[in-house]
Parts: sequence; C-alpha cells; structure tokens
Amino acid sequence: MMWALVGSIAFAATPCTAVVGTTAWTDDGIVESATVVVAGERVVALSTSAADVRLDGEGRVQWRGHTCLQIDGEGTHTTPGFVEVSSQLGVTEVDLESKTRTYDAGGDPMRASVRVADAYNPRSTLIPIQRVEGVTEAIVQPRGGFISGYAAGVQLAGASQAEAVLSWEAAMHVGGLEGGSLAGTLASLSEMLDDARNLRRRSDDMRSVMAASVSGASRADLNALYPVLDGRVPMLVSADRASSMEAWLRFADREGVRLIISGASEGWLIAEQLAQAKVPVIVDPLVYGPGGFDQMQARAENPALLAEAGVRVILSTFETHNARNLKQIAGNAVRGGMTPEAAVTAITRTASESFGLPSGHLQVGERASLVVWSGQPLSFASHPRHVFIGGEQVSLESRQTRLLDAYRTLPGTPPALP
Amino acid sequence: MSQTGAGMTLEMLEERGLRGIEPVEQSEGGTWTIEGATVLTATGERYGAGHVTVVDGLIQSVGSESQGGEQGASVIDGAGLFVTPGLIDTHSHLGVYPAPGARAHSDGNEATAPTTPGVWAEHSFWPQDPGLYRAIAGGVTTLHALPGSANLIGGRGVTLEVVPARGSRAMRFPDAPETIKMACGENPKRVYGERGGPSTRMGNLRGQREAYLQAQEYLAKWKEYEASLGGGGGGKKGRKPPVKARPSRDLDMETLVGVLQGRILPQIHCYRADDMLSMMQLSDEFGFKVRSFHHALEAYKIRDVLAEHEVSVSTWADWWGFKMEAYDGIQQNAALVHEAGGIAIIHSDSAVGIQRLNQEAAKAYYAGLRAGIELDEHDALRWITANAAWALGIQDVTGTLEEGKRGDVVLWSGHPLEVTSRPLRVWVNGVERYNYEREDAWSDVLIGQEVQP
Repeated sequence: MMWALVGSIAFAATPCTAVVGTTAWTDDGIVESATVVVAGERVVALSTSAADVRLDGEGRVQWRGHTCLQIDGEGTHTTPGFVEVSSQLGVTEVDLESKTRTYDAGGDPMRASVRVADAYNPRSTLIPIQRVEGVTEAIVQPRGGFISGYAAGVQLAGASQAEAVLSWEAAMHVGGLEGGSLAGTLASLSEMLDDARNLRRRSDDMRSVMAASVSGASRADLNALYPVLDGRVPMLVSADRASSMEAWLRFADREGVRLIISGASEGWLIAEQLAQAKVPVIVDPLVYGPGGFDQMQARAENPALLAEAGVRVILSTFETHNARNLKQIAGNAVRGGMTPEAAVTAITRTASESFGLPSGHLQVGERASLVVWSGQPLSFASHPRHVFIGGEQVSLESRQTRLLDAYRTLPGTPPALP
Repeated sequence: MSQTGAGMTLEMLEERGLRGIEPVEQSEGGTWTIEGATVLTATGERYGAGHVTVVDGLIQSVGSESQGGEQGASVIDGAGLFVTPGLIDTHSHLGVYPAPGARAHSDGNEATAPTTPGVWAEHSFWPQDPGLYRAIAGGVTTLHALPGSANLIGGRGVTLEVVPARGSRAMRFPDAPETIKMACGENPKRVYGERGGPSTRMGNLRGQREAYLQAQEYLAKWKEYEASLGGGGGGKKGRKPPVKARPSRDLDMETLVGVLQGRILPQIHCYRADDMLSMMQLSDEFGFKVRSFHHALEAYKIRDVLAEHEVSVSTWADWWGFKMEAYDGIQQNAALVHEAGGIAIIHSDSAVGIQRLNQEAAKAYYAGLRAGIELDEHDALRWITANAAWALGIQDVTGTLEEGKRGDVVLWSGHPLEVTSRPLRVWVNGVERYNYEREDAWSDVLIGQEVQP
C-alpha cells in the first residue's frame, strides 16, 4: 500500500513539461520557435533537436523516453521568472498594522546577526499576488537599525521556510545612522568591521578583544560580519547622490568588502566608476526626478546610460505589495533607452546573480523558474499563462483573483440566500 | 462696492475671495492642424490618418479626412503618431507637497483640527513644483490639487491648468466649479485619535454630520438676511420688514454652504464599501451629491449603487494593502465599475504616477480584459480624460476631442496604452506647453542646478 502510494505520486508529478514553439529569452539571446523542456527542477532542453529529446509518433515531445506534459507555446514568450530585489515580501501583510510587520527586528541598532528569513511567512497573501504576474523570486530586505541584518533570497512558492528560502544570507543590509551624515555612517561601519577583524584574528582571547571593542557591537553581531569581511556576501547600501556613491566605492575598496548600491538616482553621473568597481546598482526608472536634494540630477535615462557604460544594472519596483509591477518598470527602462533584452536581464539574471540566487536564467542545466507569457513580456497586453518555480508549475490563483470571483456578480459575499 | 460688503449676498462676498491679481496670459498662437495621425477622441471615435484643427485655442474640427489646414495655420505631420485629449488627473498633491521633498514643503494637511473646510489647497499650491512640468510631459493638461486626507473635511481643492504661472490663481481652470475634500475611514481617526478625536468611524460620522448641521443653520441665517435686503427699514405698518443685521462670515461654513447648494463638488477619500455607503447616507441626509469617491478600492463591491446614484470612482490601477481599508483592492476595480454603468476614473495621488497616467489606465484596462469584462481602448482613454472631466465638472469644455471644446491635446509617439509611448507635444487651450524635442522645464527649482561644479 505504502509503495503504491509513493509510486502514484511519482507518476503524478509528470517527469517533464515541454513548452512547444515559444519565443525563448535565453541567457544567450532570444530564440524563436524554441521548445523549452523542464524536468525535475531544471531546464533540460531548449529545442527538439537536443540530446535526450525526440518527438513521438503523434508529434509530442519526449524526454528520455517520457512523454512530457505539452504546453502549446504558439505566440508566447518564455522568460526567466522576474526577481524583485527590494521587497519586504513575507515580512509584512498590511503596512500600517505594525503587528503584521516583521522586517524590523528592533532593539540594538547593531543587528548583523539578524536573519530576516527567520521572520518570513511563506503563507502571506502577497506572495501568490506577485507570482501570478511573473515574479518568481525575491530578495527580502530587513529594515531598521544601523545594520539591519541579513536579507534573504526566497522563491515565491512553498509552504515552509525550509522550502521557500533559497538563501538565508543574501546580503547584509546597512541602514546607516538615522539622520546622520554619510561620513558618520562610514566611520562607524569601519569601526565595526575593525572590531570584527580583531575578534576573528584573536578568537582565543575573546574577552580582551571584546573589552577593547569600540563599535559597541555584540560578539554575535561581529561574528555575523565574517562573510562580509570575506567578500562572500555583499553589503547592501542606499545612496542616490553621485558623491555619496563615490564615498561608498572608496569605502568598499579600503575595507575590501563587496557592495550593492540601492537607489543610485544620480548613478549616470559616475557610471564609469561604478562599472569599473563592478558594483551592481538597483535603480527605478520611474524615479520622480528632483524628488529630493540628493536626487537633483535624477533622470529617466539613468538605467539605459548605466547599462551602456557597462554597469551591472538591476531594476526594481522598490515595492512589496506591487512587486508585480516589475514588468512595467522594465518597460519604462526601455522607454528610457534600454533594449528589451537588457531590461529583462536586469530583472532576472543580474538581479539573482548579484545576490547569489540560483534563479534568473533560461539555459539548459539551470534552475527552471520561468514564465510563459501570452505575448511580448514587457507589453501591458501580455500576462503569464504558466509560471514555473524551481521546475514546478504553480497555481495562477491569488487572494485577489478569489475576491474577483466572489464579486463577479453582485451582491458578492455573503451569497444571497436561496 | 462697499469694502465692508454691506448689502451684499453671501455669494457676492465669496466672489471677492476668488479675484485674481496676476494678469492671466490669453491664448495666443492657438491655431494649428495635426494631419495624418490616429486620432482617439475619447467619444468612442477612432480616425486613422485623421486630423485635429484648433483655431484660437478651440477645436474647430476633428475627423478622418484631411483638412488641408486653415489659412496660415501651422500643419503638424502626425503620420504614425497618435492624438488624444489632454489627460486629467482628479487627485494630485503636486504643489501642496512639492519637490524637492522638504519639511518646509509640507503644505497639504491642515492637521490642526479635524474639520477645516475653510482652507483652500490653492493657498498652499506652489507653482514652482518641478513636478508640474513632469506631469505635462506625461500628457496631463489639467490637474485637481487637493488637501490631504488627515481631516474629516480637509478644505477646498482646486482645478488647475498645467501651465507656468507665478501664482496658483493664474493657473485656475476657467469657470471650473469649486471642490471640497472630505475623508472617511482610517486617516482622520488615526491622526486625531489621541488628540481629542475622532478616534472611531462613528466619531468620524458625528464630526461630519455636526459640521453640515451647523452649515444648514448658517445658511438659514443668511437666507433670512438676504430676504430682508429688499426691505425698507423702519418696520412701520404697511411697509416691508427692516433689513436684518448681517450675520458674521465664517469661512468654514461658507465652503459647506456651497456644498449644500450644489456649487461645490464633494470629492471624498474613502476605501471601504461600507464607508462609502455611510458617506452616501450623509449626503442623502443633507441633500447634496457626492461627485467622486477617491481611491475607493472597494467600489467594485457596491458598483450597482454607485452607478445608480451617478457617483464617479477615482481609483488606482493596482495600489493596495498599505492599510487595512486597502486590503481588498483588486486590479479590476475600474473595469467592474465601468461594466456596471458607472463612471470610472484612474487618478494618480502621486507625483510619479501622474507622469504616466496612460500606463496606469493601460494596466487597469488589460486587467479588465483578462477577467472577461467587455472594454475597448476608448473606455480606457475616458478613464483619464472625459470621465475625469466629469468628476471636476468641466466635461462640457474639455476631456474629449470635439468641435467647440478647448484645444487640450496630446500628440503621442505611439498608442497611449503601450508602455514605450510618450507625449511628443502637448497643448493646453491651444497653446503648446510641452515639446519633447525641447526640454525646457519651467520650474525655478531647476535653474542653476547643473552649473559646472
């Protein structure tokens, strides 16, 4: 009995799925009339002439002798799933209700040992609401404090943290000194990194190192900085003004840490320096313009100019409830001069690679987080027909599609009595 | 006229508060023709290779055939381009929360008392906000600037042309009705909950009902006074009764009296379906009509009621979830209101959103289509033009491309519902105010910012 049950589950999970005749936005460029074959959690083929793939007598795609679930891809485009890197997905439900917000650990401002993934709620209603529009992975950023803690990388599927969290330590989020100048933030950060280095070097004499510590950070927080010291995990910092970014680049060089700069409204002014330093920037093409005195030179062409200069550009909505607008964000980057391919890369591959996530690719052997769009992926007219996360097709329902269903005819809920 | 206003009616006195001091530039050079463009009129017409001819600021003709151009009119080649009416945003805080963001620029909420109908957004509005130029670069020719939503009754809004001026009054859209901003639900009770109230929704309603009760009494006093104005004094037998003592003026009451008389159009910030119903009960009790609910994320739940009472819905394409009353927002809100025969509008409430109202309408449009709601491109266009004009009471003069209406016109690089399209040229009342080829932003904030460092 037990055996039969296990066997039937293994059979129910089709061994492979084939999207036939789609326009595939692969890591190597756009391929028309492609056949994307997904098996297990990976893409295993991009054409019917690939090894292991053949057509059976009725023209159905087979992979290693298994007949795949066939998806007619005629007229569709398939891209890697979109990745929103500036979200609080899973750590907020209703922003103004503080009990639903878990992204701010509170307490001591030096919180390097905080991992926001521990507060991640994979059952948040926000998650399906984003993924039905093609967002498959996200970076979840903690907030608050001088150092807020570790941002997480998540896939927008799975009922447990164990399933959903792809990376518990995707980046160290720096909040900075509240109301203070950047000069103060950089000085305090240097002290903290120094303390961490001392502690690591003389871990045999922890007590005297901690007594000599100047930053006031706890041992756990200093320990948590080791991956940052090693450059294994980037520091995620915010800066819009060109001169602030310049100061951060100098800091990173001096301290030997890796950076990701969020905001970068005036990035185009120092695009070459950013490119040279190989520092990824997270930008929003919908930025208002001179919205503040640190954004006086902001312009809509910023993403395009940065990309042209060779900067690693990540596009972001900077939204949580509407991370689903990544498509519109990318469309606006194109409006500002980016190519559609570069804009899609900026919300897939560059986003995931910068944070060390395994997603964001459409390539044989890569993790299959994919979206099959009804048409051009950046057009308002298209929408996801199929969404794969880690190889599995996910439901295209959300709390909002259910609300629509409930009120498609009035009076809606509660239903009229018979 | 007497400076003290003796012998004047309330309406005559109010007029004084509306006089301008800055000379308003008359429409000049407003004679031109766009030829060969796809013209979307927002009346349901689409003319391929059509034309729009504007003479002295007003639309003289729109159609599919070529006009050859007026004698001496400049002809603009519109081949491959699109033409629509100027866009209208029913909900903006440009000017009252201007850029660059600064504490000194926070002029949108008179959060000193929950009921402040006597304040006017116009008096906070800073015409140097660089957002104005960015709004017209997005095709917006008219915007409705509002006080914020901290207060139960926040004050008067103002309908403005998006044009350069030294003071807000010179931007006033000619003859547009006055409007009032009210708010229900979470905001007022959050702001005043620990400052003397209201702290509950029932407190909100009491505050609003009391204000209108007072206004009824105030109006009655003035009616009595005005009726006595023709009187002959003395009070002897056989003569008219004497002129009564003039009631003192009250700016808060004057605004509310305008609402009771239907001169001032109520614009109510409200999210939840039941909150909107409460507001409609309030308006029914005091005999005025709500002109537009703003944000109105749950309008879809009461779309039949809103359509029946001709209350328009100014909403977003997809904002939701930032507070409890915004938890049930869905992307089909505007489309469902439209389907029920209501008046749907996409507004911005955002200095960023106002730059791309066409994109917001496009998202709401395609969300509706995906749900199987019958819609066409004209409907989506009306959400940001004709219907918005209706909410502001200016539907007879702008909002569509029709003979005799103002030359509020946008020439687009492509279809306005496509993400990559942008306005190339924008005219307000026939005068070109934006041209993509010439980035000549008119805000003083921007002057000198690019000087060699």
